[in-house]
Amino acid sequence: MSAEEKFDVIIIGAGPAGSACAYILARAGKNVLMVERGSSPGSKNVTGGRLYTYALEMVEPGLYKQAPLQRRVVREQIMMLGENSAVNIDYVNYDFGEDVPQSYTVLRAPFDEWFANEAEKQGAFVASGILVDGLIEENGKIVGIKAGEDEMYADVVVAADGVNSFIAQKAGLRPDIPAHTLGIGVKEIIELPDEIIAARFNLQGDQGAAKVAIGCSDGIAGGAFIYTNKGSISLGLVLNPEQVGQKGRSIQEILQDFKMHPAILPLLEGGKTVEYGAHLVPEQGYQGVPSRLYRDGLLVVGDAAGFVINTGTIIRGIDLAIISGAAAANAILNSIEGTHAGPLYMEELQKLALLPTMKMFAGWHSIISIPRMYKEYPELANDVMRFMFTVDGQVPEKMSKAMMNIAKRHVAVKQMLGDGWKLFKSV
Amino acid sequence: MGVKQMEAAELLSLNKFNVDEDEPHIELDKEICGQCVEKACLYVCPAVLYRLNKNDEISFDYAGCLECGTCRVMCKNKGIIKWLYPRGTFGVNFRYG
Ligand SMILES: Cc1cc2nc3c(=O)[nH]c(=O)nc-3n(C[C@H](O)[C@H](O)[C@H](O)COP(=O)(O)OP(=O)(O)OC[C@H]3O[C@@H](n4cnc5c(N)ncnc54)[C@H](O)[C@@H]3O)c2cc1C
Ligand code: SF4
Repeated sequence: MSAEEKFDVIIIGAGPAGSACAYILARAGKNVLMVERGSSPGSKNVTGGRLYTYALEMVEPGLYKQAPLQRRVVREQIMMLGENSAVNIDYVNYDFGEDVPQSYTVLRAPFDEWFANEAEKQGAFVASGILVDGLIEENGKIVGIKAGEDEMYADVVVAADGVNSFIAQKAGLRPDIPAHTLGIGVKEIIELPDEIIAARFNLQGDQGAAKVAIGCSDGIAGGAFIYTNKGSISLGLVLNPEQVGQKGRSIQEILQDFKMHPAILPLLEGGKTVEYGAHLVPEQGYQGVPSRLYRDGLLVVGDAAGFVINTGTIIRGIDLAIISGAAAANAILNSIEGTHAGPLYMEELQKLALLPTMKMFAGWHSIISIPRMYKEYPELANDVMRFMFTVDGQVPEKMSKAMMNIAKRHVAVKQMLGDGWKLFKSV
Repeated sequence: MGVKQMEAAELLSLNKFNVDEDEPHIELDKEICGQCVEKACLYVCPAVLYRLNKNDEISFDYAGCLECGTCRVMCKNKGIIKWLYPRGTFGVNFRYG
């Protein structure tokens, strides 16, 4: 083994977790190698998506200003779809985040490439187009990586390889990921001129909108998202794969139906689909985080560690990936040549509020697993609205009675009380 | 032109792929797949690469794979005997993501 082949740290995967880690380590003068299987960073990655800006601020204040971000989100919309109707909640806040805008829509191919490049500018080596096949272990310690014929060594290896998390599995840190802990995301990028996006979503300049929708998944647990970008719209679904299998309907078909929904199509009309992507999401929140995130010589960060929060209205994975990458970097910097970096990493995850935040949202998973959230309740909301806005010259039913009837038509009272209790208990 | 329902093949034709002709990254054992009742892969693969042929056997083509991994985690009987990421630089290249 020659001296050149030994690094302080090797990072597997140039997603947001990997690049944040590489950036901070390289800035502090560490000799860092980041290996990415895609021909360029970002070329394998798909998200919703939006980025909560605070995470980039934590890496380097002001860095977000140079990032290829899309639109500054000021509009948050929730849609409950009926078969031919929709209830919309539209919340707009023009000073979300005050000095630093709270969040931006993002496309991952340009964003990840930029972020990896910033890490490179700090002095990290980025090797793209190389698939890491496995780890090198010596006396119970991870000491390097294998890629084809090549072996590379480091004091610490960071697994930032994303949701499928093969590296952590190979290291014996977690078993294979069960399907029920995952969501499958599918997405189209639809090009539309900026003026049209601004008019349809009621935006000005660099303002953006983020929309989530339920009631569009054929009863399958999951929902849809729409994000406005510069010159395009990201539209997609995240569904429970086991229920898709049981339903026997192709997820691609369900996405096509969503596109054609009468409340969605007018937003997209005239647009042109330019890309179709898919990606898994860890969906279990805190419960899905493996009990061990490190072993001697190895730290696991980002999606590979299950760091995603999904409340149905907020999905946070990119920011948590960045924070966990930063936590790993801090831990390595505080250790002596990586020894005992693991326990320090766990401390950093606490200090940087990642684990406490995930814990706070731990109950949400049981709410998003209430099956009635995806069909009965959205239909109920639509029926209530229909009653309230129907004028047909007949004597209408008494309000209280009508509401009772609508409710009963969709959900048994006992079930509704049970769901209400669950909601109350979980949040 | 305009927004319309699209078939999987049409959607995939919009993507940039660099298919590894020499080494399939996913391989099936036809015999195991023949005995599988659920065949979840038919529905969960977003690229719709798993299909039934005339004899009701699974036919599969790895070109067009979006590398999500869903088929692998959903495969009950381990008819998918190999699932690896494509070798470096091969496979899908997202331009937007
Ligand atoms: C449909 C969808 C919508 C989402 N929406 C949002 C959203 O709006 N906001 C949000 O914050 N989060 C969202 N998320 C979650 C978010 O995308 C992820 O949590 C985030 O990308 C995780 O980052 P990461 O760096 O851990 O992993 P990744 O981004 O997956 O990066 C892993 C990297 O490792 C590389 N790699 C993997 N294995 C190897 C190997 N063996 N050798 C070399 N390289 C390897 C990959 O090519 C990849 O570049 C969404 C996810 C999906 C699927
Ligand atoms: S990895 Fe995803 S896209 Fe590729 S064959 Fe499996 S399910 Fe289909």
